[in-house]
Amino acid sequence: MSTCWETFGDYALRSIGIGAKLLPKTDFTLCQQFTLIGSGLIWNVYFGALALLFGFFLANALALARIAHSPWLRKPAEWFVFVFRGSPLFIQFFLAYEMLVMLPRTGINLLGLTIETSWLTRAWAGALIVLFLNTAAYSAEIFYGALRSIPKGDLEAAEAYGITGWTKFRRIQWPTMLRLAWPSYTNEAIFLFQSTTLVFFSGFPAFSQMGDALYYANYFADKTFNPFIPYPIVAFYFVLLTLGVIWLFGRINRYLNRHLPQNTRSRIRLRPQLVR
Amino acid sequence: MFAACADPKAIEGLTWLTCYLTSGKHLDFYWSFVTVLALLAITAPTAMALGFGGAMAARSQFAPLRWIGKTYTAMVRGVPDIVYFLFFVIALDQGIEYLNHLRVCEDLSQPVFRGLEFHVCAEAKVPPATAAPFVFQAYGFSLAVITFAIVFGAFVANVIYGAMQAVPRAQLETGEAYGMSHGQVFRRILVPQMWTYALPGLTNLWMILIKATPLLFLLGVKDIVYYARELGGTKTQAYEYPHPDWRLFYFLGLLVFYLAMTKLSEIVLGRISNRLSKGQATAAGEAMRKAAI
Repeated sequence: MSTCWETFGDYALRSIGIGAKLLPKTDFTLCQQFTLIGSGLIWNVYFGALALLFGFFLANALALARIAHSPWLRKPAEWFVFVFRGSPLFIQFFLAYEMLVMLPRTGINLLGLTIETSWLTRAWAGALIVLFLNTAAYSAEIFYGALRSIPKGDLEAAEAYGITGWTKFRRIQWPTMLRLAWPSYTNEAIFLFQSTTLVFFSGFPAFSQMGDALYYANYFADKTFNPFIPYPIVAFYFVLLTLGVIWLFGRINRYLNRHLPQNTRSRIRLRPQLVR
Repeated sequence: MFAACADPKAIEGLTWLTCYLTSGKHLDFYWSFVTVLALLAITAPTAMALGFGGAMAARSQFAPLRWIGKTYTAMVRGVPDIVYFLFFVIALDQGIEYLNHLRVCEDLSQPVFRGLEFHVCAEAKVPPATAAPFVFQAYGFSLAVITFAIVFGAFVANVIYGAMQAVPRAQLETGEAYGMSHGQVFRRILVPQMWTYALPGLTNLWMILIKATPLLFLLGVKDIVYYARELGGTKTQAYEYPHPDWRLFYFLGLLVFYLAMTKLSEIVLGRISNRLSKGQATAAGEAMRKAAI
């Protein structure tokens, strides 16, 4: 029986391969469960934060393509959004993994340069790509809706001042879009963090037992046949994570709304979401 | 299935493919699509009933009932749903076994929760260890259905509660002015009028429910994902129909299935939404009125 402090040293960074090699096998303590599941949360934060960051840019591009007049831009964007929003993320993970496994083992030979491909089948890259594309599709839909609901008067006022083209987009349309979309986008962010728990439950294997929060919770539930401790711990960590996201996005929301009088500001309302 | 399929190694081309796609395992695979549709067909009405009950409870005048309703609707916020799915199934399973344990086991001296572990005597296992595999499948499936219904019921309750609040107060007051009782206003005005406000939310939930069905796989039911992995995996010469790793194609098939379901639902629900908006004091209803003139 070791003290909780030793357990913390052994397992706090276990999910990224630092610390004790073996997971606890017998005599499970509450401390071990808290530490190990918390260590798994590193992966959830990693997937969620990076997918959101990259997804934001792609989502902007997709939303602009969706609102474009040319069908050459609009149609592909519409299809992209439909495919990623119309199918379960779970299936997307499986499909992506199978596709990435099919890449040649030895790497692709391009103009004499060999490009390694094996890293793509690892969760840190492969799952991140899927989450990135997925959140881009969902966010694009939100941004598209916001672009369409920019008040006509704002655009007319801009034109009356001689602001047109790129300047109009950069100074009027895009900030307004962001402001209108932000409450929904906050929900999307929370939702994305929650879906990161799917990563190690589909396609992507966890190497040397380095998994996310739910992976470890499932490990404990399997070993102890008692779901009443590990799963509420996951729930507790995710409530904290959700509160963190709400705080951060709330700050940005305040910034986006800073020019408006107090009573007309859009407020972030938490809406429950489910599987995607 | 067909006479020509007696010796799979001797045939090739299109005949081979026909034989391959109608092999026993594949028929099981096609049946698993029915499992998914059955899950949808059972879960959707059950979740609706639970959600309706939850919303009514949340609006109740009687405080304890209201607390239950509010707790139920608040339950699902902020925590990944998959946690609920994993948690509820084991919790339900153990709850049933625990009650059974109290009922049938002779030796109750040992605590059921020893430290962090769960033990019941052999007779209390549900289903009994000697049961047919089919019973295990059916039991797993029913646990999954109950879990889906409880979790989705909470979401439906949220939507319906909001929709009931959205019905214009004036409409209810008109009913009261005509001398209707509380129950009559509820039955004749609130419930029929609420659907147009509830439909966008319910549509959203239906789409989510469709996309949640692969979670059956996580709950241990032999569903389409299970078969896609089984059938798609590399088959050596020892098998009747040897082939390389075809999982990619099987998953592509599943993707198409889900996309088709989504598209179909979009079309059908769009029609229902149009029907419900007719004559309503909403933007959609107003647009229809203007279009008709």
